[in-house]
Amino acid sequence: MMQLIWNGLIVGSFYALVALGYSMVYGIIKLLNFAHGDIYMLGAFVGFFTLSAFGISNETSIPLLLVVLLLSMVTTGLIGVGIERIAYRPLRRSPRLAVLITAIGVSFTLEYGVRQIFGPNPEAFPIRLESSGFDVLGMRVTASQIVLVVIAAVLMLVLAHIVERTRQGRAMRAIALDPTGAQLMGVNVDRVIAMVFFIGSALAGAAGVMAGAYYGSIDFLMGFIIGLKAFTAAVIGGIGNLYGAMLGGVLLGMLESFGSAWFGGEWRDVFAFGFLILFLTLKPTGLLGARVVERM
Amino acid sequence: MRDLDLALKHVPLRAPAPLFERPQPPKGVFTSQRGFMRALGLLAVLLVAVLPFMDASRYTMSIATSALIYVMLCMGLNVVVGYAGLLDLGYIAFFAVGAYVSGIFTTVLGWPMWAALIATIIACITAGIIIGAPTLRLRSDYLAIVTLGFGEIIRITANNLKITGGPSGIHGIPSWSFGPWSFDDGFSLLGIDFPERVVFYYFVALVVIVVGVIGAGRLAKGRLGRAWKAVRDDEDAAEAMGINTYIAKISAYIIGAVWAGMAGQLMATHLSAISPNSFQFLYSALILMAVVLGGMGSTPGVIIGALFVSLAPELLRDFAEWRYLIFGVLLVVVMLFRPSGLWPATAVLPWLRRSRPTPPAFTEATAVPASIMESVDGTPTTDAHEGDRA
Repeated sequence: MMQLIWNGLIVGSFYALVALGYSMVYGIIKLLNFAHGDIYMLGAFVGFFTLSAFGISNETSIPLLLVVLLLSMVTTGLIGVGIERIAYRPLRRSPRLAVLITAIGVSFTLEYGVRQIFGPNPEAFPIRLESSGFDVLGMRVTASQIVLVVIAAVLMLVLAHIVERTRQGRAMRAIALDPTGAQLMGVNVDRVIAMVFFIGSALAGAAGVMAGAYYGSIDFLMGFIIGLKAFTAAVIGGIGNLYGAMLGGVLLGMLESFGSAWFGGEWRDVFAFGFLILFLTLKPTGLLGARVVERM
Repeated sequence: MRDLDLALKHVPLRAPAPLFERPQPPKGVFTSQRGFMRALGLLAVLLVAVLPFMDASRYTMSIATSALIYVMLCMGLNVVVGYAGLLDLGYIAFFAVGAYVSGIFTTVLGWPMWAALIATIIACITAGIIIGAPTLRLRSDYLAIVTLGFGEIIRITANNLKITGGPSGIHGIPSWSFGPWSFDDGFSLLGIDFPERVVFYYFVALVVIVVGVIGAGRLAKGRLGRAWKAVRDDEDAAEAMGINTYIAKISAYIIGAVWAGMAGQLMATHLSAISPNSFQFLYSALILMAVVLGGMGSTPGVIIGALFVSLAPELLRDFAEWRYLIFGVLLVVVMLFRPSGLWPATAVLPWLRRSRPTPPAFTEATAVPASIMESVDGTPTTDAHEGDRA
């Protein structure tokens, strides 16, 4: 029982990190960034590439993980900004369908670009976390799991600080509320949106590296399912709401953990998407989402 | 006033005669858009129908039938995405429903294929309603992700259930049969033998696809089709004009589902074996690419897109390795620089541009007759009315 909660928490913190990027981008420009899950995959591959370039394999050091994490975050952040600049900004005034289709195109480009570079087979992630652990409250906990959860929590706290306490964060909230109004008040909308993409992609990249270290293997399609799951998490929490995304991620992690324990692991994804459809039907605004008035 | 009402009661209501003769819309193959498109369609069907007489090898027939099935799928998705503007990312799920329902009904229950077809259509309508009803009230981007999830649910379910054969799928799906006679037997007509099931199935697919293409194209021109396009262009305005947007959207969704289900049935009988791997998200995205590349809402464009997506990897072997990357880049490039696709829905043949019939110049002959002008000016009639009222 406690074990299920703990496992759910770890998976949930990955979901939450990815869901945050989804939720921020959606909150600010009402775009479902389908490529977001692939940024997570890119994060893992950037980490893999750097470590392999230095000839490191089967490492267990946690400081090294942190260094790779930071490097990956910066790289994926910049990639995210580049994607926004090339593929999304020119279409900001087009019909919604056009941008959605572009996002699918970007997702495909990233997935199969990585496939062409690294090959279709899964790669072993060079940093492996040791599996020795200890028992607390009847659940098996390893030190590295705690590190992962702590990293995720710290990243989320930093994000919450940026959004709620800084000038840039205020600009983000202003744009989410009313882009034109924010622009009239002197907010540089393009720059703030680029920054949102940077932060969101960096978080996804961090999640990718952590997932690589946690699961030990990465492949070019690993972002697809987690993108879907993260979206589900964002919807459960209330899309556009940061705490909602965190709560939704953890909740979805737990739901899956219990769902696979009760119904069998092969039904795990069905369970998650079933929840997505259920939530959209019964409470489309999510747990913490405010009622959104549709602007025409 | 009452006298007037009484008098009008027995006068049949009639639209006023036109003030001048409208020119007849041009006819002929090269002088009208419609005539040219019809001729082109006929030519295409003839070419496709002649193909088996040129090269009836198993390989050619197999990829040609697959290309036809792609055309059917793309026409169905075109109804959903191109006409109604709903992004469906799990479209392959309906294809899977069609294939699995016909597979299960024929192999497990032993129904003949024509009966399974009816079951397929009913199952697809049900699936369309189940997935469409809760989500179509929401914003269109929610629909995109829910359909994506739904596509995965169907695939994983097919992978996990026993009745669908698990990961290895269903084998030995029979071909169409009527009583004792089955397509497998083949037959000869006018001295020409139709021995192989493959060649035979090609013709069945061709007939279904021609009906599907024409049907979707004509639906788009009718009342429902105009409602779809109104919803796509501006949902709020459409609703204000009295269109039930929910009904319009769900009917587009159901029609898309039925088209995909028929394609799935053709696929199941064509390959005689199906497995969950043929229903990955990848294929939903491929079909979407075909529709977007060709031109959303444009019948010739969608057919070209479908043929490109299905045949290009077969014809260009080197391309096959890189195709998904190229398709992804193409999607972005097309949306950025040519959002209406290769053959836009509003395309006019180059030599027909600017040759619209102009209304006749204003001359004595076309001038409005004096009697009508009088009543418009109102001098004689107003007097009568004034008198009536007084």
